[in-house]
Parts: sequence; C-alpha cells; structure tokens
Amino acid sequence: MDSLLVIAPVAVPAAAACVYAVLGWNRVTAWLGTLSAAGLLSCAVALAAGDRRDALGGLLLSDALSAFMLLVIGAVALLAMAASPAYLAAELAAGHTGPRAMRRYGVLTQSFIAAMALAVLSSSLGLLWVAIEATTILTAFLVGHRRTRQATEAAWKYVVICSVGIALALLGIVMVHYAGTRAGIASLDWVVLAEHANRLDPGVMRIAVMLLVLGFGTKAGLAPMHAWLPDAHSQAPAPVSALMSGVLLSVAFYAILRVKVIADLALGAGFARVLLVVVALASLAVAALLLLGQRDYKRLLAYSSIEHMGLVALGAAIGNTLALVAVLLHILGHGLGKSVLFLSAGQLHQALGSSRIHAVRGLVARAPLLSGVFALGLLALLGLPPFSLFASELGIARAGFAAGLGWAIAAALVLMLVIVAAIGRQGRRMLLGGGPGEAIALPRSVAVPLVAGLAGCAVLGITLGPLHSLLQAAATIAGATP
Amino acid sequence: MTDAMYIQLLDLACGAFLLTGVLVLWRRDLSAIVWLFALQGVALTAMVIVLGVRQDDLELILIGLGVGALRAALLPYLMRRALVASGEARETQPLVNVATSLLVAAVLAMLAYAVSQPLVRLSPTPATQAVPVALTVLLIGFFVLVTRRRALSQLVGFLLMDNAITATAFLTTSGVPLVVELGISLDVLLAVLVLQVLTTRMRAAFGGTDLDELRELHD
Repeated sequence: MDSLLVIAPVAVPAAAACVYAVLGWNRVTAWLGTLSAAGLLSCAVALAAGDRRDALGGLLLSDALSAFMLLVIGAVALLAMAASPAYLAAELAAGHTGPRAMRRYGVLTQSFIAAMALAVLSSSLGLLWVAIEATTILTAFLVGHRRTRQATEAAWKYVVICSVGIALALLGIVMVHYAGTRAGIASLDWVVLAEHANRLDPGVMRIAVMLLVLGFGTKAGLAPMHAWLPDAHSQAPAPVSALMSGVLLSVAFYAILRVKVIADLALGAGFARVLLVVVALASLAVAALLLLGQRDYKRLLAYSSIEHMGLVALGAAIGNTLALVAVLLHILGHGLGKSVLFLSAGQLHQALGSSRIHAVRGLVARAPLLSGVFALGLLALLGLPPFSLFASELGIARAGFAAGLGWAIAAALVLMLVIVAAIGRQGRRMLLGGGPGEAIALPRSVAVPLVAGLAGCAVLGITLGPLHSLLQAAATIAGATP
Repeated sequence: MTDAMYIQLLDLACGAFLLTGVLVLWRRDLSAIVWLFALQGVALTAMVIVLGVRQDDLELILIGLGVGALRAALLPYLMRRALVASGEARETQPLVNVATSLLVAAVLAMLAYAVSQPLVRLSPTPATQAVPVALTVLLIGFFVLVTRRRALSQLVGFLLMDNAITATAFLTTSGVPLVVELGISLDVLLAVLVLQVLTTRMRAAFGGTDLDELRELHD
C-alpha cells in the first residue's frame, strides 16, 4: 500500500497519457487531465502527511522534500490542466490546431507531468537525470505546437541548448560515480552518497559539482545558460508555459538542491555557495537588463521567471534553515503566481492575436476580471504583500544578512528595484492608457483556476498552516545549516 | 591479453576516437561528417570491448556491442536518411574557417588535458589516462555546435559530446549502472528523432536548415 502511494504520482498521469493516446482529445476526455492532476495532488498530500517511503526496490523514494515538490507539481498542474479545455477549444475555433495536435497535446502534457513526478521521486542521481532529460523531449513538440516559424525556432533552440546543458550534468554524474567507485561506493543513491560524502575525492568532486550546477542550471533557466527560456516560454501554449515556468524550472532546481547536500559534505559549504551566488546575481542582472526594454508580455513573464530562479539560487546559496524554508515557499508561490499570469496572458493572446505590449491598451475597461487577475498576479510576482512571495523574499533577505552575505542581498535588492520599475511600467501601460476597445470575455472554466491560484498564493503569504512542519522537514533534508 | 597489448589496443581505439572527432572540423561535406561520426562510434565500441576483454567481463562486452549498434549504426543511419531527404550536401561557410578550427582543436586538447588532471590523479590506470582524449572530443563537439550553421552539423556536434561523455564513463568506471545507461541511450535516440522532425518542419517553414534563418525571436 505504502509503495503504491509512491508509484501513483507517476502512474496516474502516465495512465492518463495512455487514455489520451487511445481516445484522443474530446469533450469528455478534455477533463481527464484535470482529474489526473487532482489525483497527483491528493497523492502528494498523503505523502506529505506520512513518513519516508520507498518503492520499486528503492528506485523511488519519497521524503519531505520530494513530497513538497510533488505538492508544487500537483498544484500547478491542476491550474494548468483546468484551464486547458477552454484554451484548446479557442485554439481550435481559431484554426490554430486540429484533432491530431490536440491528441498529442493530451498525451504529451500528461507524460510531461509524469516525468516531473518521476524526477522528484527518484532516489538516485542517474534516474533523476533520465527523467529531466525526458521532460525536454516531451515538451519539445509542445513548444512547437503552433508549427509557425517562431514556434519551430523556439523548439529547436530549446532542445539543443537544454540537451547540451543536461549532457554536461551527465558528465558531472559520471564523475561523481567515478569518485564514488574509487571510494568504495558504487551507487548514485542520494542517501548513500551523502553518508559517505567525506570519502569522495575533492579534486574530482569540484569538477563534478561545477558541471552539475551548470547542467541542471541550464534547465532551471539560470544565467548564463538561460537563452532558450524566453523563446520557449513565449511560444508554448499558455498552459504548457505555466507548467514549464511554474514547475519545470523548480524541478531542475530541486536537482541542484540535492547535489548541494552532497557537495557541501564533500567540499565544505563554500564551494557550492560561490557558484550559486554567481549564477544568482548573473540571472538577476540578465532579467533586469532585458526587462527594461521588453515589448512582448509573454517574454516579460519569461524573464521574470529567470529573476525568480535567481532569487531561489541566492536563497540556496545562503543555505540556513530560514533561507531554505523561504526558498521552498518561494518555489510554491512563484509556481502559483506565474501559472496564473501565463494562463491569463494566454487568454489575452487569444483575444488580441498578438503578444506585443503596445497591442494591449485599456485592459481594465475591456476585461475587468481578466485585468484584475493579471494585475494582482503582477503584484504577487513583484513581491507585494499579502502574497507569499513577499514573505519568502523577506525570509531570503533576512537569512542572507544573518549569514554574512549582505553584499549579495544588497546587489540583488538593487537589481530587483530595476525589475519592479520595469514590470510596473509595462503593466501600467497594458492595464490603463488608451481608449476602451472590444470587451474580452473570460470563460468561467479559466476564471476559476486563475482566482484559485491567486487566492492560494495570498493565503500562503498570511499563514503556512499545516505546511509549516513539512517545510521545516524539507529544509533539513536539503541540508540546512542552523 | 598481455599488459602491453592491452595498452596498445586501448590507445589505438582512443586515437581513432580523437582523430575522427578532429576530422569533423576539417570536412565540410555533410555526408562525410556523418561517415566520420559512424567511424567514431566504431572506435568507441572497440574501446569498450577492449576494456571488457581485459576485465574478463562478458556484460561489459555486450554493453559495448549495444553502444556500437546505437552509435555506429542506428544514429548514422537516421542522419543519413535526414540528409537524403534534405538534399543539402554541404555546410555553408562555417563561422570559423577550417585552419582556425584545427588550431582551436589543439588549444581545446591542452585545456582538456589540464582540466582532467584531478581525474587522472585519482587513479592513474591506462584507461583513466585516456580521459583527456574523451574530454577533448567533448570540447570539439561543443565547438562544432556553436560554429556550424546547418541543423545537421549542429546535431553531430551534440552527438560528439554525447559520445565523449559515454567514453568518459567507460574509461573511468566501466560505465554507469545499466538502468541509467539504458535510459541515457533511449533519451539520446529520442532527442535525435525529435530534432529530425524539427529539421523537417524547419525546412517547411524556412525553406532550408540554415540556422542563420533562425532570428525571428530576439530582444
């Protein structure tokens, strides 16, 4: 029974993918994805409530950290899948997609969710790698869903850059395996590696950790390997962008968190910290620079994801309990807020036929509900209370000053100020200004997940409730120093 | 197998592995590049089999044959098919000319040698002493990837990197665990298939696979 609960988060979406492959996407099966995401979320809740469990002879392992990541995957998948039927119906009505493409959408999104669940549940570095590389392959055709020139270009860049990045991570794994074999541990299991980390050769581990951070960092959208992200996120269908930005980036970052535990034990806390601070500040700087003159609202959201992954990396670099709890909370808050924004941006794109910021004018008058959600989502991303990103950013900043990384926090705050100004200005242009045009209707089945996502983000900013102990336990597993 | 013969055979396989990598930089004819890639797959297979015979490990020999089937036969076959379908025979002017590319390869070899010192020091066997060769091919693959302009040669660059990583795995630890190796092979195969489909779409959308055409998305 226990092991079944660990397998279910992977098996449920995989089964749903099979159903889509057989039955295609129609009025009835359109809601199957939502159902499967709800199933995944309830498994995550059950796993979070229990202790450590393993399955398939130790290949899968669920501890507090994996359970928390599963919660994030489940929550974002639920929002994205609930908004999918209306999104695809509108695409079909506009002639951008057909029955075959919709069937493929069903199969690929469900397999993508299954691969992410497998990544966070795998007990070894090797299986984690396979799962993360699988997400690249599964989402390639989703990015190129519309088959336009831009979509094809984005898909090509996405597959090439991410495959190269993840290949570097594989080389890192090969080296960890080498160091392990020489130290008498022929295993890539997290727990085993962490137990014997002090026996791993530091010279080899230094190269390995660098490659792993660079490799998984590519997939997490961290600078300097972030180039694929704005293209892919702006071209993918809105629910897929929500999944990619909301969870896929964090799932890749989860791999870095696991690697950091071993790196800290093998090399001392300084090595991974320096690496992470460098990529964090570089990501924030890239986001700030490119947000300033941004003319496309989907790319605006994509660069904001680079910013938030930079903040997450900064928090991980600090590495004490407060910082890691804040990092995990930030991952959840960003997942909810960003998927709300990408989903509403998708509605805008469908209504206007353009993702140019100057094409959007006077949104408040034309679509009160949609613009309200969009505005609140932007405020959430900018880290304003009551949304949870305020709490998590405050936590990261406080932890950073306490841990002697005040200079990095100060630099990050300056860059964030630039980002707030840039996003605020563009947001104001879209929401206000210009005369009212045609009204934009928001289907109820999309409005519900949007409002729910924002509400969840706001509630988390006020109280953690039962999540509190889970976050503490997960931070301990992620190697929190007191 | 005697020690001397083992070392000679291993060095021969590694030499062929490196040479095919360097020659990719030299040739601009796309079908010759695919041939070189297939030959490199053969060299990699030979390397794994030599290691397997030396360690008297039947499983390793069989894995070597599997690696060979994928990298010396199936992947080159897929690429040749894509090449025939595209009707494009030559690399357009690469960003870096051939003479400079070969010089860069020499610099990359020195870099790989310097970087792999900690790896060799940990266990200086004949096999791990060949790791710099694998890392050189990795860097050459990356160089091909960033300087070539045809979709197919970019793909070859990626696969050279992948061959190099596989070689590193076998030279250092006789390969990663079997489940992982299978997953990796499957992922690489699927990545190639995905890229192939995208090349077809690219040809339909842009009328060619010149990656310079890909400039609609920028800031």
